[in-house]
Amino acid sequence: MTTPSTPRRRYTKVDPIPWWLKAFGGLVVVFFILPTLFVIPMSFSDATTFQFPPQGFTWRLYENFFTNPIWLDSLGNSFLVATLTAVLATTVGTAAAVALSRLQGRVAQLVRTLLMVPIVAPAIVVAVAVYIAFLGWQLTGTVLGYVLAHTAIAVPYVLISVTGALGGFDPKLLRAAASLGSSPARAFVRVTMPLISRGILTGAIFAFIVSFDEVVLALFLRSPLFQTMPVQMYNSVTVEIDPTISAASSLMVVAVTIIFLLPQLLRGRVRRR
Amino acid sequence: MTMTPDTTAKATGPSTGTPSGTEIRLDRVTKDYGLAAPAVDDISLTIEPGEFMTLLGPSGSGKTTTLNLIAGFETLTAGSIALNGTDVSDVPPHRRNLGMLFQNYALFPHLTVAQNVAYPLRERKVGKREIARKVAEVLELVQLTGRDDNHPSQLSGGQQQRVALARAIVFEPEALLLDEPLGALDRNLRSALQTEIRRIHREVGSTFVFVTHDQEEAMNLSDRIALFNNGRIEQVGTPQQLYAEPETLFTAKFLGDSNVFELGEAALDANVAWDGESWVIDPATVAAHPGVRASSAVVVRPEDVEVAGGRDDVPAGANAVRATVRDVEYMGSYRTLLLAMGERGLPGRTRVSPLQGEYAIGDDLVAWWRPQAQRIVAA
Ligand SMILES: Nc1ncnc2c1ncn2[C@@H]1O[C@H](COP(=O)(O)OP(=O)(O)O)[C@@H](O)[C@H]1O
Ligand SMILES: [Mg+2]
Repeated sequence: MTTPSTPRRRYTKVDPIPWWLKAFGGLVVVFFILPTLFVIPMSFSDATTFQFPPQGFTWRLYENFFTNPIWLDSLGNSFLVATLTAVLATTVGTAAAVALSRLQGRVAQLVRTLLMVPIVAPAIVVAVAVYIAFLGWQLTGTVLGYVLAHTAIAVPYVLISVTGALGGFDPKLLRAAASLGSSPARAFVRVTMPLISRGILTGAIFAFIVSFDEVVLALFLRSPLFQTMPVQMYNSVTVEIDPTISAASSLMVVAVTIIFLLPQLLRGRVRRR
Repeated sequence: MTMTPDTTAKATGPSTGTPSGTEIRLDRVTKDYGLAAPAVDDISLTIEPGEFMTLLGPSGSGKTTTLNLIAGFETLTAGSIALNGTDVSDVPPHRRNLGMLFQNYALFPHLTVAQNVAYPLRERKVGKREIARKVAEVLELVQLTGRDDNHPSQLSGGQQQRVALARAIVFEPEALLLDEPLGALDRNLRSALQTEIRRIHREVGSTFVFVTHDQEEAMNLSDRIALFNNGRIEQVGTPQQLYAEPETLFTAKFLGDSNVFELGEAALDANVAWDGESWVIDPATVAAHPGVRASSAVVVRPEDVEVAGGRDDVPAGANAVRATVRDVEYMGSYRTLLLAMGERGLPGRTRVSPLQGEYAIGDDLVAWWRPQAQRIVAA
């Protein structure tokens, strides 16, 4: 999860990190980032097929992307589904986290574990189960279907981040609020929410991204009329071999990175205790 | 021991401000968490309008639970609670209109001082200008003018508790409930804030219910004290009453130091025997405790006990017991002699002034007091 606190400089002086550990860390970073950096130069390539190193420089692939209604629609669909998923998953996940923070004992523990299942369950298993159920309910290919399915897998992320934020929340404040005239609902809005807003925001961003780049469920739920961006990307490689995917991928990377960095950018604005 | 409660101020009750305090009546209140014994066990207590009532008692005796029942944070197992005659047993806390002060201040960390104090006013839909006026007024009352825009984390503990106090009284609640509000502060600050709280009680004139385990604090602040023990109220009365006229051994021991002589099965009469000594009981005490007490004790405060070199120096009519000095504590203006009294060497204490001469460990003395100074309590 996003931990906003970076280790202090002083710390490294007290206990210096050996060079080999730094080198290993560097390798890991390269391993994760390199494929991403690979795709961006590709997106400006002049070649008509996938080639590396890229040749020439052109905006053509981006032109393709932004003039092709199939790509644009899928992008719009993804934004729509991800936004609705973020709203729904954040609401449900926050409510669950607040409720579970007040409960102790085995039932609460059981519910907590159950809510985490979508993270550990193999995506394909979840997808098949959702597909079968949604076929019967005629939810495949509908916005509602995507949103419900994505919410199920996004809620755990909200739950984790909001539960973390609630760890630093003093429940005495709710008694104080009640003594000052706040109903439980008012106290939640005026006291709890502002104090756990970072956790809620982090959860919302995770939910958005989980939905935005989810492909397995989306593949099962797609219809000819409604596809999300990851599905369209998948099609473009497996069916059409369309180099526009380089531009699409680059756009995805940039979009997701910006969204991920949002909390850091907003950090100064939210006062912490 | 500070044994000089300010009697004059209390006799007149809340002097300034509106005499519009609220009566709080607890009727056979019980709270059972399902533990071995109920946390609060069949308590009845009437707190008068405008009164400063302290719930005093050792840790775990049920004070906080009682306060939380009044506030509405806990539900009653049995009994009822009424504010000014209106039963509020089923009213949720946010509709009871009671201010509350917590030990850890419970200020909202995301709000400034002014916003914290304005909080209850905003909940009551008070107009902007009225809010500004009241916040300024109450911040002046707690002497925090000019700190409006600070966040709680920028204030000291004492200042934070002042903000909490301002926030708890700004909406003119029916009563103010305080749960060990000074417990986290150091000694000097405590005493300063005690004075402050008393002043504010006088100026605001509303009912205060104050929880503490510190008997000195209770003595200093209260109009009356309800002494808690094991979920029950041991005795209710003014600080002077509780100190001078304890009804039980627990009360005598909890408030101030006492010399305790358990009488066992001895008959309570004009005369009583203890450890071979024959003592006179004050006629008034005999009248107040008719017949035989199955289990009682004689209690004498250290300041009422005198020491003499021998039996001959003891005035006629005084009760006496032989005592050996175990230790001498120098307290500045006086000294405390720790004694071993009677055959069994029961621990006792007395105060002597340096004018009475020097005492050394091991000195054999006679401790004596007048019968009027002693109390008979249930043991
Ligand atoms: N929420 C609770 N659940 C279970 N037991 C409690 C709870 N609150 C208090 N108690 C028990 O009730 C008794 C009285 O507690 P409390 O009212 O806090 O005492 P005090 O404030 O006098 O120290 C204690 O034995 C305590 O352990
Ligand atoms: Mg307590």
